Amino acid sequence: MEKGLLELTDVTVRFAGDSGDGMQLTGSQFTNTTAIVGNDLSTLPDYPAEIRAPAGTTYGVSGFQLHFSSNDIQTPGDEPDVLVAMNPAALKTNLSDLKKGGTLIVNVNSFDSKNLRLADYETNPLEDGTVEGYNVIQVPLSQLTNTALEDTSLSAKEKTRCKNFFALGMMYWLYSRPIEPTLNWLNVKFKNAPEIKAANEKALKAGYYFGETTEVFTTRYEVKPATLPKGTYRNISGNEALALGFIAASVKSGLPLFLGSYPITPASDILHELSRHKNFGVRTFQAEDEIAAVTAALGAAYSGALAITTTSGPGVALKTETIGLAVMTELPIVIIDVQRGGPSTGLPTKTEQSDLLQAMFGRNGEAPVAVVAPATPAECFSMALEASRLAIKYMVPVMYLSDGYIANGSEPWKLPDVDALPEIEVKFRTEAEGFKPYLRDENLSRPWALPGTPGLEHRVGGLEKANITGDVSYDPENHEFMVRLRAQKVKNMENDIPELEVRGDKDAELLVIGWGGTHGAISEAVDRARNRGLKVARVHFRYLNPLPKNTGEVLRSYKKILCPELNMGQLSKILRNEFLVDIEPFNKIQGLPFKSSEIENKIDSILGGNNGRK
Amino acid sequence: MADNKVQEQVQVKYTSKDFATKQDVRWCPGCGDYSILAQVHRTFPDLIGIKKEDIVWVSGIGCSSRFPYYMNTYGIHGIHGRAPAIATGVKVARPDLSVWVATGDGDLLSIGGNHFIHACRKNIDLKILLFNNRIYGLTKGQYSPTSEQGKQTKTTPYGSVDYPFNPISLALGADATFVARAVDRDAKHLQSMLKRAAEHKGTAFIEIFQNCVIFNDGAFDDITDKKVKDEKLLFLEHNKPMIFGANKDKGIKLDGLKPVVIDLSEGKHTIDEVLVHDEHDDNPARAGILINIDKQQDLPTPIGVFKQILKPTYDEGVENQVKQVTEKKGIGDLEKVLFSGNTWSVN
Repeated sequence: MEKGLLELTDVTVRFAGDSGDGMQLTGSQFTNTTAIVGNDLSTLPDYPAEIRAPAGTTYGVSGFQLHFSSNDIQTPGDEPDVLVAMNPAALKTNLSDLKKGGTLIVNVNSFDSKNLRLADYETNPLEDGTVEGYNVIQVPLSQLTNTALEDTSLSAKEKTRCKNFFALGMMYWLYSRPIEPTLNWLNVKFKNAPEIKAANEKALKAGYYFGETTEVFTTRYEVKPATLPKGTYRNISGNEALALGFIAASVKSGLPLFLGSYPITPASDILHELSRHKNFGVRTFQAEDEIAAVTAALGAAYSGALAITTTSGPGVALKTETIGLAVMTELPIVIIDVQRGGPSTGLPTKTEQSDLLQAMFGRNGEAPVAVVAPATPAECFSMALEASRLAIKYMVPVMYLSDGYIANGSEPWKLPDVDALPEIEVKFRTEAEGFKPYLRDENLSRPWALPGTPGLEHRVGGLEKANITGDVSYDPENHEFMVRLRAQKVKNMENDIPELEVRGDKDAELLVIGWGGTHGAISEAVDRARNRGLKVARVHFRYLNPLPKNTGEVLRSYKKILCPELNMGQLSKILRNEFLVDIEPFNKIQGLPFKSSEIENKIDSILGGNNGRK
Repeated sequence: MADNKVQEQVQVKYTSKDFATKQDVRWCPGCGDYSILAQVHRTFPDLIGIKKEDIVWVSGIGCSSRFPYYMNTYGIHGIHGRAPAIATGVKVARPDLSVWVATGDGDLLSIGGNHFIHACRKNIDLKILLFNNRIYGLTKGQYSPTSEQGKQTKTTPYGSVDYPFNPISLALGADATFVARAVDRDAKHLQSMLKRAAEHKGTAFIEIFQNCVIFNDGAFDDITDKKVKDEKLLFLEHNKPMIFGANKDKGIKLDGLKPVVIDLSEGKHTIDEVLVHDEHDDNPARAGILINIDKQQDLPTPIGVFKQILKPTYDEGVENQVKQVTEKKGIGDLEKVLFSGNTWSVN
């Protein structure tokens, strides 16, 4: 049968199945191959906190969404064009997101009475009209996989587990992707398990050939490579980029990297990644708890390491007292908070931006720290260098706010010219003559004097210190002086960080402001609104403390300001307080990122009817 | 290289004054901490090969934790309970440093218990001095995790119902490689314990019975007072029988697994029956017997080195791993790492 080939610019696919179905693996394989093909892309893994929730249940469904395009894209897509549902529970929890008229590929073998019951379907949704209006493609995935693996020695259970590779092969065919990258990956991954490797290869190929021969697919699609700027690219997640960024900061500062960490979702991948790179002199310390993780980092900082700790919101809560000690002892540490849904244990695997106020103010006493937040997965790399630079130059702890969405999401990353990365200047005090532990340089930073240096023996600690001498001081005037000095140190960074860049219409009716991982959704929404003639501008904060120098000026230049955040309005609160401007918060607290359409609709409702149209 | 190092070591000659700071010492007059500080000042010049600038004192919160301010070395006065964790960071980042922890019974065994057992478990090369006065001093007299049951304090006006920790038992249970006990008022013995700890490679723990003159005065008098100490203290010495008493005529004998006192003066028992101390024995059964020798059992309280064994330290292990991986993979090449995996070019 001759099949048509249709060129598309933009596709969003979602794989959904049981936690044990290998959906994250399928999604990441499809992503890697798509990256190699040269599409721009953005991903959204979405999985439950339970490792293996009971099979077939709705709460055990794991999903992976991928948006790829021949154009420049910013988000993992609002609505999937294609949903691959491996079982009824996956269909139940994901169908409402599928675009009207979208393609639904289901593993029809899993729609038996048991799985239907587990998914709370009284009747079969494939037969009762539930999926009407969609382009439904029913594939006996389990059966076809088992048949393909008939002559292998695998058990029935092991055979069934290969069905995700069958589905992957089928999707590769459907979107004209090569299967070689996955074959290569299987070669490495199952080097020591030749039978499993062979079975997965077979399943992958069988899926691919099924696409070619079956009559259920009449058309095959193609998405041409995106015209990205010249360079070498790799696909990268935020957590990977962050880990590599701190290795780069270690190389560029000449300081050995010390990571004190305690495993926590969604930050553990950073600890995993850095543990692999010991040949960079990286020392990873998996501590007994969150407190030990950060206090060990503090000890390492005192001793001259580039010291960092990685965690999520609950971990930051535990580290709070030590961060205060770092403020008081004026030692450079970077605290990485990969934010997740809170409060308390909250939604461990879901994203949120609700730790901004914790990062800013969550300590006893007046304890200012610098706060930075990367905007995209790839930006986690450069922000690691920047956080390290600020910590070291100003002898101040830096809070680095990532979030579950950019930590686990991925995008193509144009690899930097290593030689062109900025050096991080480190000045250790070595001269004993005139040394005082709390001497000040032009930035108000105190000297970093390392143990092992003769003549610089000194004590630091949590008790208030007299300026310059560093002696313990209970003097009232000195305390106020030191509180103000520590605040000024952070404030001084404003002369050393980029100003806000306004994107969009100069005479915009509305300014949309964001920070951190909402960057993609906001910029897509603003672009779309502008394409429809609305006059909108946007700014994105990568520095939350201190704020860029022109923040007040920018905010006061617009009549209306909208601030979408995945929290109850934390940045709006800070900005209103600081600049006395009216900001309309737009909040989503569902553990999910914004869809750009949600922000676009909000922009429409503010500007109303034709208001603001060119 | 090695020769130079030796020469350098010989050249460094300190006196106890070199380790004192200009800070006024602010403990209460008569506090046992003064004696501990004095013994440290006296001992440190004798720690051949350790230069003053290579020493870091780390502490938590409490009276004992003011210690770093009085040592003219590097120092961090940390936060409550976290001294072993801060010290771990110092030692792992800089294995060349000699890292000491000054802590108290509340700091180390209550709020910081977790860090203590994990430092012991990992055998991090730290010297931990526990100033055990069995009371919270700096917060003005609440019972601590080493206070005896029934103790009346501000928070336990009707007597505490808690059972106390035996710090030695805790350290042995957590597999510390050097475990010792000393008494603030016995200067010579304390000095020898400090030296032994300094020489040990691995987690070295010394519990020091320390008198709090304000809130728990005389807590150890029943065993450490001159008049009774010969009968109440048992000085542990490696390879020597466990004998005590003014006339050295009492010994510890094992009755099954139970330690009992025998009288060597009457001719009924001989020295051969007395348990011989072996500090290098890492059999937990011995530890179990040793921790049961205490006054609750009407036995003398042992002081000295309970255990000293050698095994690779955590910091050494981390260091070696860095070296081995670097040897195997070569010194990290940033460009290579960034450009690894599946890359593609856009021209």
